[in-house]
Amino acid sequence: MDIVALSRLQFALTTIYHWLFVPLTLGMGWFVAFMQTRYYQTNDETWRKMSKFWGKLFLINFAIGVVTGIVQEFQFGMNWSEYSRYVGDIFGAPLAVEALMAFFLESTFLGIWIFGEDKVSKKVHLASIWLAAIGSNLSALWILLANGFMQAPPANSYVYNEANGRLELINFFALIGNPKGWVLFWHTISDGLAMAAFLILAVSAYHIVRKQNLEFFKRSFSIAAVTGLIAGMLIFLGGHTMGQYMAEVQPMKLAALEAIWETEQPASFSLFTIGDLSGKQEVWSIRIPYAMSFLACNNFTCEVKGVNELQAKYEQQFGPGDYVPMMVVTYWTFRIMMVFGLVMIAITAFFVWANMRGDITKAKWMKWVPWMLILPYLANASGWILTEMGRQPWIVYGLLKVQDAVSPNLTVVDLWISLIGYTVVYGSLAVAMVYLMRKYAIAGPDAAMHESVDVAPAVVGSQD
Amino acid sequence: MSYEFLQILWFILIAVLWIGFFFLEGFDFGVGMLLPFLGKKDVERRAIINSIGSVWDGNEVWLLTAGGATFAAFPHWYATMFSGFYLALFLLLIGLIIRGVAFEYRSKDAAPKWRNTFDWMIAAGSFLAALLLGAAFANLARGVPINADKMFTGNLFTLLNPYGLLGGLTTVSIFLLHGANFLGLKLEGELRERVNVFAKKLWIGATVLYIALGVFTYAAGFWARGIINPGIVPIAAVVVLLMAGYFINKKMEGRAFIMVALNIVLTQVTFYSMTFPNVMLSTTNPDWSLTIYNASSSQYTLTVMSVIALIFVPIVLAYQGWTYYMFRQRISTDKKTLVY
Repeated sequence: MDIVALSRLQFALTTIYHWLFVPLTLGMGWFVAFMQTRYYQTNDETWRKMSKFWGKLFLINFAIGVVTGIVQEFQFGMNWSEYSRYVGDIFGAPLAVEALMAFFLESTFLGIWIFGEDKVSKKVHLASIWLAAIGSNLSALWILLANGFMQAPPANSYVYNEANGRLELINFFALIGNPKGWVLFWHTISDGLAMAAFLILAVSAYHIVRKQNLEFFKRSFSIAAVTGLIAGMLIFLGGHTMGQYMAEVQPMKLAALEAIWETEQPASFSLFTIGDLSGKQEVWSIRIPYAMSFLACNNFTCEVKGVNELQAKYEQQFGPGDYVPMMVVTYWTFRIMMVFGLVMIAITAFFVWANMRGDITKAKWMKWVPWMLILPYLANASGWILTEMGRQPWIVYGLLKVQDAVSPNLTVVDLWISLIGYTVVYGSLAVAMVYLMRKYAIAGPDAAMHESVDVAPAVVGSQD
Repeated sequence: MSYEFLQILWFILIAVLWIGFFFLEGFDFGVGMLLPFLGKKDVERRAIINSIGSVWDGNEVWLLTAGGATFAAFPHWYATMFSGFYLALFLLLIGLIIRGVAFEYRSKDAAPKWRNTFDWMIAAGSFLAALLLGAAFANLARGVPINADKMFTGNLFTLLNPYGLLGGLTTVSIFLLHGANFLGLKLEGELRERVNVFAKKLWIGATVLYIALGVFTYAAGFWARGIINPGIVPIAAVVVLLMAGYFINKKMEGRAFIMVALNIVLTQVTFYSMTFPNVMLSTTNPDWSLTIYNASSSQYTLTVMSVIALIFVPIVLAYQGWTYYMFRQRISTDKKTLVY
């Protein structure tokens, strides 16, 4: 592998890994803040226990999200120095604002929340978890506005400066008003809520099956079911909006996620395809007529551009080259994301219905719920792989290619060292994190109430 | 505001961010390195970690903000330095990652082996981070090979020169002292006595290294290569360090802490005045150095960023300052009061 391939691989690994933890942080913060607010209003001890227990899981997850986030900020300069030179005038600003506006808020107030319970008033303690939750979600906003620029640079936000050969910002409000960034933000924070909801559902179900702390976990379960359902629908709406926006600004990505080779009108949607996606031979697929047109432009008869037409157009516009993303990846990640997303909506809708209908604690299906935690993780990772792989070969859509963005001074040896290093460290941390998460989840609320944290491994309620 | 004014303003702002970072995270790094040596019993180690538990993460954000601000205001500086110091920064990141997670995780399991492992990760991560940051700044003061295309042409071993290593070790020793002084202010009882004894020894090492670094800087001609002469600032830095020794011996912890903090600030000020208006000196050809003029963002971006900084920096300073006030009490080794 050359330095471009290794840098891409490293960026993919570190970013996917970072993103396994962040959505849960984004969503769980709101849950904990809500529970603590209910405690503040009602003085009901169960609410307090809920904020503590879910808060503990939130913190175990949070730690890894934070430390791997530093890598994210540094690697633009470390691995993509030509990118940083070319768009730093634009891209650096949201990153700096993210640190100044969001990271300080999140880290400072989370510190107060963890350590300040008996040092600050109840009101301030409650405010601190809200501010921490707002801080982490604000950081998502700024990084997604930055990512939005890479996906769909708003034409009125920048100019190319001939004198120094780079892009320069001319309108900050066009940068932060970029609809692509806002749709990504909407899709992402509702996704964070859904992920947190599924974690709460999974852990609650585990305890409900074992008849432990029923009151506590029933309440957690129903809140998570309702929130999960609402979040699922918001994700769906966000994703649908994104589809139409994509048809406008990234038609190649849209064509690639559906593997449409020839322009179609109206376009059908393939649920499933067997055979290769290269477009050169007939494949067997289940198709829904008109559905792709609906996804692309919200009506059933519009034209959806095919890969071949777009490739020809880009060659004319940007010169010879391959402008088609890796189709196998875009096609299948899109299906995993969407199918899992829809399944999540269906499941949470069922939970809400079952909960209204009667006593869920005796339900037979409850023992399967913990396994469903895998759904949001896979959907989430797939979504981002699709978003990022789908814009290849561009690092900034239509303006700069990935191959021209890499740090030219790096060697293959440098990259292997860092790639192996990150993999080993990240892997070990994941083991420690899963171990703690599992232990505290299984130990239940009583263990989380004590600040002395000597919880024995996976035994219920034993602490000194 | 003129373009040049903005470039100077952002140079100063980034300097302030680094100063804030070294001042605040400096004692966190020191506390981290001291942890396994100072804390003999588990509860003592917990007390030591609790002394910075509520603030270390916020302190680290100063680094992230310095990085982000450099990216936004001086993209070429960011690009050249971060890609050039690639492996050093990779190791710095590993150090920051393992210590950050270890702070959160070490007390969440009772097994002595688990706790001990994470304690050493805190110490090793803090040491690695302090060493590499010090070495990086020493190399910035010394100059690094940069070609006409603003690209770093060396490798990791270019950075591991005697001056870079001395800079790294000096930073480690100053941070150790800073951490010991901080703990002197935060702990009580036997631990406080113990850390005061540590501080005396650490002061000797730090002072020797610090003066050696100053002599090296002067003798090697790394002095005043920009348009400003640091003048008496470095002398003042030595004086406050000597005063710190006096206060440490008198067990006046607060004053000792302030003196070492001042030493860190004055050292940073010396560093920036030694090279200004250069941000990265090229040893290949001085004309190829990166300056605040050829590395900066456009006037428009700098203006936007100035407005944002003007609004948010005071807010951040206010609530971070308030946190320190909130957590001003000493930490005891009473288990009931410990969070981590």
